[in-house]
Amino acid sequence: MTAQAEGDRSGEPTGTHIYNNVTCPFCGLLCDDLQITRTGSTLKVNNGCPRATAGFQRPLPAAKPLIRGSEASLEEAVKAAAEIVRGAKLPLYGGMAGDVANARAMLSIADRTGGVVDHALSEGQYRNFRVVQTSGWIMSTLTETRNRADLFVIVGSDIHKLHGRFFDRIVTPDETMFESLGGKRTVIFIGEGLDTSAATGPRIKEVITLPAAKDRIPEVLAAISAIVRGHPISSGGEEVKRNSLLASFLGSSGDEIAGVKRADIEKVAEKFKAANYGVLVWSPPALSMPEADLTVHMMTEIVRELNTTTRFAGLSLGGNEGAPSAASTCTWQTGYPLRVSFASGAPEYDANRYNIARMLTDGEGDMLMWVASIGTDIGLPQTAVPTVVLGTPGLRLAQPPTVYIPVGTPGIDHTGQMVRCDNVVSLPMQNLGRSQLPSSADVLAAIEAAL
Amino acid sequence: MMIKLTGGKVYDPANNVNGEVRDIYVRDGRIVAADPNARVDQEYDVRGKVVMAGAIDPHTHIGGGKVTIARTLLPEDHFKDEVAHTEITRAGTGYATPSTMITGYRYAEMGYTAAFEPAMLPANARQAHMEMGDTPLLDKGAFVMLGSDDFLLRSMAEKQDFEFIKDYIAWTMHASQAIAMKVVNPGGISAFKFNQRKLDLDEQHVHYGVTPRDIILTLARGLLELGVTHPLHVHGCNLGIPGNVETTLATIKATEGLPLHLTHIQFHSYATEGDRKFSSGAVQIAELLKKYPNISIDVGQVMFGATCTASGDSMRQYVGSKNADPKRWVVMDIECDAGCGVVPFRYRDKSFVHALQWAIGLETFLLCDDPWRIFLTTDHPNGAPFYTYPHLIRLLMDRDFRRETMLHVNPDALMYSTLPHLEREYTMYEVAIMTRAGPARSLGLKDLGHVGPGARADITVYNEDSNRERMFEKPAMVFKNGDLVVRDGKVIKVVNGATHVARPEYNRDIEKSLKSYFDRYHTVRMENFRLSDDEIIDGGRGEIIVQPTRARTSS
Repeated sequence: MTAQAEGDRSGEPTGTHIYNNVTCPFCGLLCDDLQITRTGSTLKVNNGCPRATAGFQRPLPAAKPLIRGSEASLEEAVKAAAEIVRGAKLPLYGGMAGDVANARAMLSIADRTGGVVDHALSEGQYRNFRVVQTSGWIMSTLTETRNRADLFVIVGSDIHKLHGRFFDRIVTPDETMFESLGGKRTVIFIGEGLDTSAATGPRIKEVITLPAAKDRIPEVLAAISAIVRGHPISSGGEEVKRNSLLASFLGSSGDEIAGVKRADIEKVAEKFKAANYGVLVWSPPALSMPEADLTVHMMTEIVRELNTTTRFAGLSLGGNEGAPSAASTCTWQTGYPLRVSFASGAPEYDANRYNIARMLTDGEGDMLMWVASIGTDIGLPQTAVPTVVLGTPGLRLAQPPTVYIPVGTPGIDHTGQMVRCDNVVSLPMQNLGRSQLPSSADVLAAIEAAL
Repeated sequence: MMIKLTGGKVYDPANNVNGEVRDIYVRDGRIVAADPNARVDQEYDVRGKVVMAGAIDPHTHIGGGKVTIARTLLPEDHFKDEVAHTEITRAGTGYATPSTMITGYRYAEMGYTAAFEPAMLPANARQAHMEMGDTPLLDKGAFVMLGSDDFLLRSMAEKQDFEFIKDYIAWTMHASQAIAMKVVNPGGISAFKFNQRKLDLDEQHVHYGVTPRDIILTLARGLLELGVTHPLHVHGCNLGIPGNVETTLATIKATEGLPLHLTHIQFHSYATEGDRKFSSGAVQIAELLKKYPNISIDVGQVMFGATCTASGDSMRQYVGSKNADPKRWVVMDIECDAGCGVVPFRYRDKSFVHALQWAIGLETFLLCDDPWRIFLTTDHPNGAPFYTYPHLIRLLMDRDFRRETMLHVNPDALMYSTLPHLEREYTMYEVAIMTRAGPARSLGLKDLGHVGPGARADITVYNEDSNRERMFEKPAMVFKNGDLVVRDGKVIKVVNGATHVARPEYNRDIEKSLKSYFDRYHTVRMENFRLSDDEIIDGGRGEIIVQPTRARTSS
């Protein structure tokens, strides 16, 4: 289909080009203010975070389609992939790391072939979806938070490591719309070992850390939840006795809860109540405590309670590897946010049953199509079933796939659209002309056409 | 290729055709003048059947973030309505917030060929268009929301030159690929972010100092002077509050002759008579509308059953969340631009309040005597899903059926509405106005909503049936651009519709101010905020139709 994929390098780009307002696909924030210089097929990021720089500047190894380890033409690989799909009774369509066009193409072939769709990073997203689907929530978005928040509460997530420009762009921007309201920010970190170094500069009024161990963060949140609901948890005597059930639930003794001083928690809870617009921030993949959806739920219930008197909202980050693009597209096309089976012909949704990682472990499904068009870490899971991988060249693979087809990255090798982590804003992805690699959507369409 | 529909009873109000038997000729996707000498390639005998243009829904929430939030929120809403794929159609799910493909199929199967998303946030425009791009068989378009966005409110507070504000309105329509503009709870969505819980027509926004009245007049006058055909589409203040009829009457009077479209007016027509301090204000509204020919409305009819409300009005949806059923809801503050609230709801015929809401909607339909100024909507999915339209049409066309239905609703509610006394029955011609010609004229859709020569060949053929619900729910044939896409109420061919936009003139210098504004405050670059034509055309999957605007004027 394209020059490079067929091994003809005559289409290799030459010359130097500068691209402005480039959207970065390498994390869920989709920062869109990057400037990138391309020389030939080499990219240089002039203003990105370490993750963006590593992603754009990664040298792209030459890659050819492979069938059982042997080089093949794109047409042959597409044909071989179609044969594998055709032979499957329950094909699994996983990875899903791509843009909206990729999600559309995967849903189309899954619908046609009675398959199951799921994203490689669904586990994190489901920490949120379970909360939305049981109680709902009150949420904010990046621009709203950047301009309005006077209190940031970072919960159990090392945001600065995960999203390198979050503090720079959202917490400590040079200017905000409402200086008198959200001008000076208090930043509270809940959880031990979080990198607080970016919470600094003239915008920052105060930084507080409640250093609870990750698996005990829910206890700190429970205490804050109690206080904001008007149930005092300290000062001894009658009140503590009255709340002895709560106290025993919190597993607290003496003056500490989850290893954090009660008084510190109380001070923090008072700051929650006093905020004009507080925002609780988390990154779902980072919430690795057991039953993390209950931690998300506790946060969203604190937010709900505070809104009876002031304004407060949640802000969920994460969203790497195009996970929000996959989930949003699947939701508007099927009504369900991934983990959908088309085996009966109609979409059937079950967040546990159609978890592709679980299905592979339990020996369900007889073919795996895996798309990883963005980062190199979304490797193929261990499985004995035949596999078709549509991956960025250099993708880490624990085992050789039955068929491998190299594909381009949205925002680098082809245009596209992606949905940001707040699930509101979506952004255009530019073609930076790095390679002639086909998009995963085009390859999927070719496979579907060959069925 | 020439197609002929022979001998149908044609209702085409745009061309003053009222039930006359006519032949309709179609060539290359358009209706052409009758030519007895033309070689007909395909003839359809539609004698005894009713022929109309494809229906147009001018206000239906079919695409964009809040609809997808609603879809996510209520998986159980879909469980009961999962739809398998066929050789030609994709799988999906229905009920209150159907998936995109099912939305397209079901609208077409009901004789609709165009539907307009009325609440597209500029910040969410790209997603709204992506979802509409996945909605087959329908032409579509979107109304972009301003009125709680910081840039407008700040510009008004700073008393910016009106031409500058007009440039911003026009730029927003271009950037978001809109055909019209809507304001939702003017200023109120923003005020809620500042912890203001209520904002009446003349109440000042706590930060900007502007009032909803200022905002409505600014936008309405701006659109008029920009030559945009559809007037400002207004979701007013105080939605759902008993007594809000006063606000609505004041809003109508505030226009001073400016054109305005008041949407889902049923939710804004509540008076405070009776023990429960809740009664119908539909009579007052209908009477005042007679004196204001510049105002059009759509109803937002409530129908009984479970649905999910999805609105940009975060302030009022937050208050409404206490009635969520099931108890699960989402409110969002969005990008210093807008907001949204998604609250599931069940309208019960035995509930006093819900029965009265139902009655007020019907009253509004029956009291408004100009069908060119009232459009048939349930504000899908807020009053009910769009599939209830055939039932609604029967309620309007069939007095006996209406009486029979009234026997099953809360009887106390009917005491606070004039509905039991209204004898009117809508005619076929009036239904054709309300569902075709009227919306097309109001939205400025040049070639839609009629079946005269030059029109796009979007045609619906119904079997004549005295049970109007049965008649309207299952058309015999639907043509989209001349292609027969539905037969006997089932999709037989899938094609994609176009996206309609309007592009009023503006001074490009506005982008200098906007660029600096976006760079200073936003997390998206102005260049990326704008949605390009290519993103909608998407390699030929979509098509853009630019509808005409009048020349720009200044007052």
